[in-house]
Amino acid sequence: MNYFQLFQVPAQFDLDLTELGTRYLELQRNFHPDNFAAGSERDRLLAVQQAANINDAYHSLKQPLLRAEHLLALRGVKISHEQRSFTDTSFLMQQMELRELLGDILHSSDPYVLIDEAEQQIQQQKNVLLKLLAQALEANHHEQDLQAADIIRKLKFFFKLQHELELIEQQLQD
Amino acid sequence: MALLQIAEPGQSAAPHQHKLAAGIDLGTTNSLVATVRSGEARTLQNAAGDDMLPSVVQYLADKVIVGKAAVAAAIADPHNSIFSVKRLMGRGYAETVAQAQQLPYLLVDQQGLVAIDTAQGVKNPVEISAEILATLADTASQTLGGELMGVVITVPAYFDDAQRQATKDAAKLAGLNVLRLLNEPTAAALAYGLDSGQEGVVAVYDLGGGTFDISILRLKRGVFEVLATGGDSALGGDDFDHAIVQWLQQQSGETTLSHQSLRQHLQLARQIKEQLSAHDQYAFELPTANGALALSLSREQFDSLIQPLVRKTIRACKQTLRDAGLNADEVAKVVMVGGSTRVPLVRTAVGEFFAAEPLTSIDPDKVVAIGAAIQANVLVGNKSDADTLLLDVIPLSLGLETMGGLVEKIIPRNTIIPVARAQEFTTFKDGQTAMSLHVLQGERELVDHCRSLAKFNLTDIPPMAAGGAHIRVTFQVDADGLLSVTAQEKSSGVTASIQVKPSYGLSDDQVATMIQSSMQYAKHDMQQRLLREQQVEASRVWEAVSAAISADAHLLGSAELLDIEQALSALKAVSQGDDTAAIKAAIDKTNHITDEFAARRMDNSIRQALQGHKVDEV
Repeated sequence: MNYFQLFQVPAQFDLDLTELGTRYLELQRNFHPDNFAAGSERDRLLAVQQAANINDAYHSLKQPLLRAEHLLALRGVKISHEQRSFTDTSFLMQQMELRELLGDILHSSDPYVLIDEAEQQIQQQKNVLLKLLAQALEANHHEQDLQAADIIRKLKFFFKLQHELELIEQQLQD
Repeated sequence: MALLQIAEPGQSAAPHQHKLAAGIDLGTTNSLVATVRSGEARTLQNAAGDDMLPSVVQYLADKVIVGKAAVAAAIADPHNSIFSVKRLMGRGYAETVAQAQQLPYLLVDQQGLVAIDTAQGVKNPVEISAEILATLADTASQTLGGELMGVVITVPAYFDDAQRQATKDAAKLAGLNVLRLLNEPTAAALAYGLDSGQEGVVAVYDLGGGTFDISILRLKRGVFEVLATGGDSALGGDDFDHAIVQWLQQQSGETTLSHQSLRQHLQLARQIKEQLSAHDQYAFELPTANGALALSLSREQFDSLIQPLVRKTIRACKQTLRDAGLNADEVAKVVMVGGSTRVPLVRTAVGEFFAAEPLTSIDPDKVVAIGAAIQANVLVGNKSDADTLLLDVIPLSLGLETMGGLVEKIIPRNTIIPVARAQEFTTFKDGQTAMSLHVLQGERELVDHCRSLAKFNLTDIPPMAAGGAHIRVTFQVDADGLLSVTAQEKSSGVTASIQVKPSYGLSDDQVATMIQSSMQYAKHDMQQRLLREQQVEASRVWEAVSAAISADAHLLGSAELLDIEQALSALKAVSQGDDTAAIKAAIDKTNHITDEFAARRMDNSIRQALQGHKVDEV
């Protein structure tokens, strides 16, 4: 299913999220199972499926990584079946350094300084990669699409690091 | 005549007829039923003039007593008077025994599920809850003068799949048509939201008898979106009572209590709690084995007894705000729900944490039932112009067991429902035709730390070389938060069959057997009930298809239209008779003939829903 078509928004990475949210709510207003609660069993089942599709589509377009993956899938490039391995050694080094930094936080005497530092680094790298991703996707050319797939795989590492950092911060607060 | 009716647009069987619907708050300590009459939602009173029905069921050899009379009998007959059955819904025997030293019942292992041995034999929590639901439904139909078309039943937002399913099974057993299971905090927000038209972020702090829920909702243009839910399904006002009982025991030096004196202590504790909500000090007498003991408890002492429990609720508020990605100061309103929010320490602690005066203008005991009634009125179709949209989320992540006892999450918590997520599996042996999946619910990474929901056995997989079969398993959670699973082999398109073994629930067959064997339904009643169910479904189908034709006949060719009209008039004719099987066959035929039409309408209405945007953008 083409999620961009479902919401009638342009099939591009740079998306107006407010507009997307408005369209989403309009569709849910019409298809949410609550509209069919007194309906026949078949209509109720159809409504559940339809509403689930709409939720899934919204979920996929709302987040930049999933949106990029969906866009690439529509262009015939699948991330999950991407067999290329990383050759970018500077990226791998950077990941290792950030991992070490995260590992040090819980043993540090002033953990919040390290948290801020890690957060800043991750955020900065993410922003750089997101910008590159937007550029690659805008070209709408197979070569650049493959580059975009590479960037997405790198970004996933940063999102994962960010998630781990949040868990560490929670651990500290508790 | 039927054909004529169909051809006339808008002439459905009973236009604008008010359908009877009710909202039910099935609580741990008390239950209520409410309905909307003349545009106003109100709780209904039983013959004795009470709004609140104590959620207590007493089994005598020859009859069942529900409510106040059962409470009164509880001290003399603790084994047969079941309190707080909600805490046992969807629970296993072993875990209940491990947690519930204080329960004065004879717990029984019913194929892994917890059940209670009573004067009427073994009763499971579904059967006990059904008694409470049936009593409330009686109150409603007697007050309203007719059979209920449907009900909305509220459940704690934190309830897992097994607990929700058990609640739905109880309604089925009580002969009720469930329009929706609604989260309690959402219902409370509905009650306040529709009154005042609030916008912004709202926290619903719900401290009932046995459960604590905190929900963060966003209200915007009539849309209720649950951003996050959290809480503790085993923490509530009952625990305040137990804290007081412990203090009483310290004073009297009685280390162990008989079932009977535990009940006495608990009733006294409740009285003390209520008194200290209005007064700074309360003096009372504690009956002990060595005579009565004169005691006095101050508000301050009481506060320090319950402080750890209240702090626990605030910690859950923090966690849930974090899940919602918000700070406490972004919460504009706090709705207070549940009798335990009358305790002054609770109000102060909540007010301080959110830096907002908690809302208490609707009775905290009634607010959930009132919200449920408002939603029931909309869902049954009495308010077609209603523009509220309720978006709810799944409270606990759903996952699958993988190698090494680990859980892989498939649907993370706080995902908006309904939701469907597919996962692909492959066979690892040549010619493998079956595989089994273990579905769990919870946030932890180890299988042992999550709740087992069900084991699914897939069979009829077409035999292929190892890794050749690609089985796509779809996990769907509906708007009630209930899970269903389907599976398909991708290359052959063969649908694998699934046998579900719920870990802490009843299978469909078990529910059917319970309905059949329940004393209320003699064989004739049972047949009548099945007939009635099919007749109701027939009229739903007839109404839905008739309305569809009035609205979208242009999507049909003339031959298609004729086929559908014929099926409809056949359906109408047969549904007036008493042949249950023939009605079911006519429903199936009508559904089959209109499948394509339904799909076309769906596509068409998606296009229409977003029509006009292209113009706006210019």
